[in-house]
Formats: sequence, structure tokens, C-alpha cells
Amino acid sequence: MARRTLFRNARLLDPASGRDEPGALLMDGDVIEDLGPSLLAEAFGPDIEQTDCEGLCVAPGLIDLHVATGEPGAEHKETLKSAGRAAAAGGVTTLVVSPDTDPPIDARAIVDFVLRRARDASLVRIYPAGALTRGLAGERIAEIGLMREAGAVLFSNGGRTIANSATLRRAMLYAGGFGAGGFGAPVMHRPLDPFLGGGVMNAGHFADRLGLPGVPAAAESIGVFRDLRLAEATGAHFLLDQISAAESLPLIAAAKARGIDAGASVSAAHLALNELDIGEYRTFARLSPPLRTEEDRQALVAALREGVIDIVTSGHDPRPTEEKRLPFEEASAGGVGLETLLPTLLTLVAEGRIPLLRALFTVTAAPAVFLGLPQGRLARGAPADCVIFDPLAPWRLNAENLRSKSRNSPFDGRLFQGMVARTLVGGRIVFDSGRLPASGTVEKER
Amino acid sequence: MDAPHPRRHLLAIGDLDPVQINRLFARAEGFITDGDTRPDLRGRLAGATLVNLFYENSTRTQSSFELAARRLGADVINMSPRTSSVAKGETLLDTAATLNAMGPDLLVIRHSASGAALLLSRKVTCSVINAGDGRHEHPTQALLDALTLRRAFGTIEGLRVAICGDIIHSRVARSNVVLLTLLGAEVRLIGPPTLAPKGAEDWGARVFHDMREGLKGANVVMMLRLQSERMEGAFIPSPREFFRFYGLDAEKLAWAAPGAKVMHPGPMNRGVEIESGVADLESRSLIETQVRTGVALRMAVLEDLARGDLDVNLKREGR
Repeated sequence: MARRTLFRNARLLDPASGRDEPGALLMDGDVIEDLGPSLLAEAFGPDIEQTDCEGLCVAPGLIDLHVATGEPGAEHKETLKSAGRAAAAGGVTTLVVSPDTDPPIDARAIVDFVLRRARDASLVRIYPAGALTRGLAGERIAEIGLMREAGAVLFSNGGRTIANSATLRRAMLYAGGFGAGGFGAPVMHRPLDPFLGGGVMNAGHFADRLGLPGVPAAAESIGVFRDLRLAEATGAHFLLDQISAAESLPLIAAAKARGIDAGASVSAAHLALNELDIGEYRTFARLSPPLRTEEDRQALVAALREGVIDIVTSGHDPRPTEEKRLPFEEASAGGVGLETLLPTLLTLVAEGRIPLLRALFTVTAAPAVFLGLPQGRLARGAPADCVIFDPLAPWRLNAENLRSKSRNSPFDGRLFQGMVARTLVGGRIVFDSGRLPASGTVEKER
Repeated sequence: MDAPHPRRHLLAIGDLDPVQINRLFARAEGFITDGDTRPDLRGRLAGATLVNLFYENSTRTQSSFELAARRLGADVINMSPRTSSVAKGETLLDTAATLNAMGPDLLVIRHSASGAALLLSRKVTCSVINAGDGRHEHPTQALLDALTLRRAFGTIEGLRVAICGDIIHSRVARSNVVLLTLLGAEVRLIGPPTLAPKGAEDWGARVFHDMREGLKGANVVMMLRLQSERMEGAFIPSPREFFRFYGLDAEKLAWAAPGAKVMHPGPMNRGVEIESGVADLESRSLIETQVRTGVALRMAVLEDLARGDLDVNLKREGR
């Protein structure tokens, strides 16, 4: 018989249903058996394991749609195992790995490989995103149907924008034939005009002063307009990947007002940082898309609050030191983010910028619905993927302590409010900070 | 040149009404011979000239027309643009003017451009038969498909016909949707969204991207040829993925109605859109019957257009 565990004295947070109340949650093996305020500890006998949550928050584990790893092909940057470890520490229980590996995830054999490696080595649930085009080259449609059958849950071109609009249109159309439940297969694409996208930071006064080539906000908004029009014309089940510029937001709001099946995501870094964080050529703040102005950042936070932006991702992009300890223009773009995704959101919540349930919705129920996954909610019968966190605990990030193989965090040295105490995947503890009294055994990595 | 009656062409299925279609079928039925003996019909179109003007490669359609014409006693000239003045840069209309001056009775044209047959028909004084213009129409293929079905099932009315594969680039699909719908069949179109877009529902047929759903209750499964230039990434990812989801094999055929028949306009890509085992299944495949019926149907079309019998008959009936 499966092990049953009661988490009592908890603040239950379920963004899908709007639940925010004290109570208890009962897990039966790998699923949630019951939860609620009337679930009293006294009703259970001594045979049930009990954890006193000491009033901490219990929420669905996070689902992260944008995680780059180095497996296969660049295991020195990040493996599925090390990404899983970082995810567990960040309260992320499901992650979707980007197809930009070597070889890219563009055929069913690679999908099989990632799923098998993830199953054998990772603490959290890992699903592959399949490439939209073969070799991510942006020219020919990849084997979307076969990859979907093998277990790819999302299709994207990774960090590489498809320049050819006819190719993107056909890929969107084609993916529409391989969905479920009335939607096409989920498609995510990074909007960018290929001719304007060549710079290394946000275009503007600061870039001019630093003497660095800039990427204008128009590079993104032109891409946003094109991608949304194509999504509308093809009926694609579509998500814009990593919006960074304020001027993109009215286009997204207008598309939603027309009722099209398209949403937008933003990376946590773009909600918390701006171009000034580059300071004196800090390459760890070189991201793609680039960090933009403070006005852009504030507009992104407002858009997230108001529902113009639907989903927050970590934008996790591990880069080893040798790619970052270079002159700014020569350094590669990207930052790790799995361990700072939830803390970034909780800090915005603590600052009063966004309500707690709304913040959690964008990393749990919203991505789950977009992908059609059963997790991402606290409900009877749902997978027992949970994060237990202290919403107010302050801490300072020391990148040395990150679990990723690469430690290129743009947040190094930054203060956060909100700390993960424990993470469970399928009822098993995959991360424990020691904040709560010990109960059961922490899952060891295999 | 004086024509004995207003010149008539067969450019699209829309040129025909159900009465004319049934007369063509009746005439063609008379030309179908099942035994070894074939009556000598060479007097029917003796002295008439047919020109085959094929800008696209075709083995079966061109020889089918040639055979049909010869069986009726007509003279046949095969113009192959690759070995003629067209290869030297002559335009379609200049070629038409040259041919017209030779005074043929029937001109059969296949061209890669939609609308080419109509353009030609406006510049010549003989009857023009469209043997395929771009993605537009291929009326004799649809007619022979319909006749094949009528002979196999007794009637077309009420049949559920699923046309599968590359719908958007197919002139065969367009002609068949119009004709089979006109004759009372329910036509379904099946393919990936890049080849069978929902917009095709404007043609009057339901579109399915899931082959299992689309084949449900189908009496006939008509597979279309997938052009090799469309196989590698532009419209579908690969032939193997296409076969997995849309290629007809025994398993998928079982999703159709019991005893459903299989058709293909040819030439087939075995292992891409159709499995050999299914194509060669004698109890289910109508593919060879289609070819046999094609010659008879084309004889009927040629005789009708060249002699104008149909018009006379129609007038007598007061139409």
C-alpha cells in the first residue's frame, strides 16, 4: 500500500481554484488524496506520517517552460541531472527542456533519449520541447508528429527565431494537426526581427554610452506582430517566448481582445532587473532578449498582474565561465534561473507589486493548461508535486551556492524575500532546506 | 475555320450538368469491354485529329488519351514541348496559334499553370480538353473515378468518399470534390493542415487532420500522390512521418467502413502515401480498374466533343 502523508498546519495555495486558506493536505503515494481546512490531523491514526508545516505555504510545484541544458552535447554546462537538482531547490517540479542541444531535439530518437535520461537521473519531471524546424535551421519542418507521439510536450525553435515567415506559418499550421482536446500541439516562439536583432544589449542611451551595439525594442515588437498574425491565421496554440519590451504589450493585449489562442511569457530576470544591472560591462547581465529599461520592467510587471502576460519562465540558460569571462560583446548571452524563479516572484509579491495567487498562477496552472498537463494544481487526484515555502524569509544569493553546473546568475549578491523549504515530486521529497522538522527521507540522486 | 456547332470544351467539372455526366457515363459503359474481343470502332472518329500537348510529364494520362483516340480511329499527334519549339522559348499562345493553323479537332493539354487550358481554349477553334492545369482541375480523372465508383457500388449517391493526402496542390481532389458532391456523395478531405487546410471546407467537403476520425464509415479511400518536392520539410517533415500519420496501410484501412475500396490516381509512391499490400489487394483496390475505365471514359469524352451528339440530343429533349 502506498505511503500516506499529511501536511498539516499549512497555508494552502491553489491558484487554479483561487484557494488561499489554512488547512492540511493529504498525499497518498504520488497523488494528492485530499486537502482543505476541515482535514484535521486528529482524524488520522498514528499510522499516517505527519508533517507540521508551521504555517508555511504549500503550493503546486512550479512548471518551467524554458530551460536550456547541455544534454546531449554540452554536458559541461548542465546535465539533466544537475538541472533537476537546481529545479528541485527552486521549487520547480516540472521543466521543459529547450531543443537547442547538440544534436538538437528534432527527431523522436532524441526525444526518447532525453526522456530516458531524465527518468534515470533527474529528481524532477522533465519533458522535452521538440524543435519546430529540422536542426533548428528555420528552413524545414521537423518531425513534429513523431516527436509528439514520443513525448515532446511543446514545440519551439529554442533561442533561434525562424526568420522565414512562410516556414513559421507552415510549422504553426502543421503543429495544429497534432494536438489534443481541441487545441493544436503547443507552439512557443521567440519573436525577433532577424535584421534588427544583432546587438548585445538594449539599444538606447546606456548602450551608446558603453559603446555597445543595441537591440531596439522594435526588433521584438515587429516579431510579436508577425508571430501573432501568423498564430491567428493558422489557429496555432501559441505562446510568445520571453517578452522584454513594453511596446510589445499593446500588441499582445489587442490580439487577446480579438480572442485568438495566443499568450505570452516573460523570464523572471526581466521582471526584476533592467539594463542598468549591466553596470560596468557585467557579462552575467547579458541576456537574450536583453534586459531593457526600468520603464519596460515596470510595464512587464503590470502586464503580468493584469493578465496580458500569462506565464513566467526561468529562462534558465547555463553558460560556463569561459563563455562569460570575456569582453561584453564576445561573451555569450544567458543566465541561470531555476533557483531564482520562485524567489523573484515572491519578492515582487512581498513588495506589493503582484498578488501572491496571481504570481503563482503564472508558474503553475497557466503553463499546465497551456501544455495540457495534469499537474500544476492542488486538487484531489492531482500529482503530488508541491513546494513548501516561506513567503517572507529574506536571503541573499551567493552564486557559489547554486546547484547548476554553471553559475552565471544575473542575480548574484541580490536580496530576495521568499525561500523554498521543501519540494516534493510525486510525493517524494526532492529538496529539503532543513527549515522544517525532518520527516521521511530526502530523495537521493541516482 | 467554320465549326459545325458551337465549340465545346471540357475544362472543368463545372462545365457539365448531371444529365451530361450521365450520358457520358452511359456512352463510356458501352466502350468498356471485359472480354478479349473488342469491337472495331475505328470508324467513329475516322479523319479526326487529336493533338496531345503535354507540358508536364505524364505516362498514363497521355497514353490513355492516345489509346482512346486511336480506338475511335482518330489521328494522334503527340507534342512534347521539350523536343519542340517550346523548348526554344515559344509561348503557350504562340504554340496554340501554330497548332490551330493545322486544324486539329481535339486538343488535349496538360500544363503546370492553373488556368492554362482556359487560356488556350479562347485562342483556338477546336475543342480543348483539360488533362490537368496546375492545381486547378483534371476533369477526366474525376469522371473516370466517378464511373469506376458507379460500377463498383451501383450508385454514387450516399457514398462516403475520403480523399487523403496532398489536397491543397491536387487538381484531382478539386475536380473530384465538385463531381462527387454533385452526384450525391459525401466527400471528406484528410491530411495535415499544411496540405489539407480548413479553408478547403469552402469547397463543400469536411476536412479532417486525424485520419482515424476522417475514415470513419468511409466506403471509398482515395489516396493522392505526394509530390517528391513537397516531402522534405516544406509542407511535411519527412516521408516517414507522413506515412505514419497519413499513409494508407492495412491498419488504417480498417478504420474505414467494412469492405471499403481503395483508389489512387497514380503514379503511386509505395511506402509514402500507400502501402504495397493495400494497393495490390485485389478485393479492395480499384486502382487498375481506374486505368481501364479511364480509356473508355476518354473515348466517350472525345466522341462527344468531336461529334457534338450530346448537344443534338439535348436539343431534342427541349433543353
